Amino acid sequence: MAVNYMIPSFEIERNDYRCIRCRVCERQCANSVHRYDPDGDVMLSDEFKCVDCQRCVCLCPTHALKIRKNENELRENANWKQNTILEIYKQANTGGVLLSSMGNPEPFPVYWDKILINASQVTNPSIDPLREPMETRVFLGKKPHDMTRDKNGKLNTELPPQLELELPIMFSAMSYGSISYNAHKSLATAAETLGTLYNTGEGGLHEDFYQYGKNTIVQVASGRFGVYKDYLEAGAAIEIKMGQGAKPGIGGHLPGAKVGADISKTRMIPEGSDAISPAPHHDIYSIEDLRQLVYSLKEATGYKKPVIVKVAAVHNIAAIASGIARSGADIIAIDGFRGGTGAAPTRIRDNVGIPIELALASVDKRLRDEGIRQNVSLVVGGSIRSASDVIKAVALGADACYIATSALLALGCHLCRTCQSGKCNWGIATQDPELVKRLNPEAGKERLVNMLTAWKHEIKEMMGLMGINSIEALRGNRMMLRGVGLNEKELEILGISHAGE
Amino acid sequence: MTSLSAKALNHKSLNEQIRAAGKEVELTDVWGQRFIAAGLSDKELTIHGTPGNALGAYLDGAVINVCGNAQDAVGDTMNAGQINVFGNIGDAPGYAMRGGKIYIQGDAGYRAGIHMKAYKEHIPVMIIGGKAGSFLGEYQAGGVIIVLGLTDDMKKIVANYPCTGMHGGKMYLRSRCKGIHFPHQVTTRIAEQKDLDEIEDYVREFCSIFGYDADEILDADYTVVTPDSKNPYQQMYVAN
Repeated sequence: MAVNYMIPSFEIERNDYRCIRCRVCERQCANSVHRYDPDGDVMLSDEFKCVDCQRCVCLCPTHALKIRKNENELRENANWKQNTILEIYKQANTGGVLLSSMGNPEPFPVYWDKILINASQVTNPSIDPLREPMETRVFLGKKPHDMTRDKNGKLNTELPPQLELELPIMFSAMSYGSISYNAHKSLATAAETLGTLYNTGEGGLHEDFYQYGKNTIVQVASGRFGVYKDYLEAGAAIEIKMGQGAKPGIGGHLPGAKVGADISKTRMIPEGSDAISPAPHHDIYSIEDLRQLVYSLKEATGYKKPVIVKVAAVHNIAAIASGIARSGADIIAIDGFRGGTGAAPTRIRDNVGIPIELALASVDKRLRDEGIRQNVSLVVGGSIRSASDVIKAVALGADACYIATSALLALGCHLCRTCQSGKCNWGIATQDPELVKRLNPEAGKERLVNMLTAWKHEIKEMMGLMGINSIEALRGNRMMLRGVGLNEKELEILGISHAGE
Repeated sequence: MTSLSAKALNHKSLNEQIRAAGKEVELTDVWGQRFIAAGLSDKELTIHGTPGNALGAYLDGAVINVCGNAQDAVGDTMNAGQINVFGNIGDAPGYAMRGGKIYIQGDAGYRAGIHMKAYKEHIPVMIIGGKAGSFLGEYQAGGVIIVLGLTDDMKKIVANYPCTGMHGGKMYLRSRCKGIHFPHQVTTRIAEQKDLDEIEDYVREFCSIFGYDADEILDADYTVVTPDSKNPYQQMYVAN
């Protein structure tokens, strides 16, 4: 047998004293890592197949299992890291493009962690959210430039369509196909309970989920999968996907193997056929062309729904956002380079795009400078991990945040980053009916509601300690932020002072 | 039949009036208004003048006759219905259309039938009476594209790079396609009788609409293009 030079990424440590040979690990592992050897009455493992999803660890009734990083080391080299070398072996073995899942795991700076929040002391009293009303509701959509009156002097109160959210957080786009039916159901029902929205992604909308329409954003991407009149009418808003933080500038391929009966139905393509989302929209080469797609969607839905344009955070994001704000779009969604994905080429995920914190700050400033900030609402995603990230994003100018990885974690994802295999042991990123069953949508909904209810409390606490009782009053309030360990250029782009200033 | 003058109407008010009108609508003085009949399902429209881009986008069953030329992005993401253009058409007609028919008497611009799909009983059909521009049927994933090449000029039946990324559906070019370069992932051959049987009804319908002799048009060599695989990217990746 030819040597393939690979070494397993993980070691499985089985405490033989604790192991009762119940074979739960064997039954639970879709990657077939564990097996029982009756001759020796022993459990064996094929560590090459392990992805460290922790399913066996969590379900082992005697806590006999641990998954560790393989301690075997290639000779240390600061330039040629072990992973870099192994990636070359993989490509030399197969000739394939490296494919990864979830967000960029590389050690780039996380600006959220270098920004600190202000609090009231003495001169400006803080507010106790347990005692006083705190407003976390936001409205997304185009706001009017001026007040106008009709000929009788009455205030003109007609507004362009708005999305009303009980908290400034929505579930970001994840297609049915990349995630399971039960994962979608968990998101849809949680969005309904929380008074927010979830997003279909580019995979169309399952017929069972039309009932959650007022909590649904329907996406239109370059492949136009599942897009037709009823679909456009079903959602509360329509999102045009121009780009995604994990893979800016490229399209997506859902392999035919994952296009089963149900997926084929929602995407409206034949079973077993690759679902190819081309890199560009073939009818969009300019802001004017984008305007054409925005208005064709508005015309098709009678101007009743806000249109969101989602783009990846890239180098000239401020200029791009300025164009989008003039295209007729109601909301701009910007996805930072740490955003997750069901599958993206590793090199692209890890090397393309810019951090959402910097993109948001520069877009908000640019739109203000040009006097068009009220033309659009800004929604940001690409690794919003906590309530404090939300607070910092709002203070940098966001109207709301998109979360997806956090939501999947709430559903039990362990970030093993192998969604592309379709063998998610947690029943999230899979279409295998046996695996999908592992995620109970009622329990999933409850976990999502729990997480965001907790975040909402934390948001109110943080607003209160700043002496702010309405999230609207925090938006773009950069005086509430200070940087630590940031250089002058970074502070300038973020538009904040350094701690101590 | 309601007759509507589109003169001085913007696309928003024009579409409002179309939606409010009866089942049959005749539009006159159309001067480039975009998005006409977007998402429309149950009407029959006759258009005099030149409709602007995105005519019949998301069309869901309506029938549109254009007495003249049409511009770009006609029938974008169309689901059902029919658009007949008594003239030429611009770029990207039938982008991602999933059902219905687009019949063009004259020539088509770039990227006609791009990413055309098919789903169950929905088989979209596009017939271009004249010649097609570059990138015809790019990413074609389903449906039928037929080019008849009836215009009498020296141009090839299709310009450069047809069928790039094609992974479904079928294309018929009424020509032996000498000197036309197709990508490696498709197969081209001269149509057999059973191939022609599949499109005969469409061609006859086209000919009756635009006044051609169907027998004469069917009695010719057609090149059939089909993709080799509906999973063109299967071998491209390695899990990391």
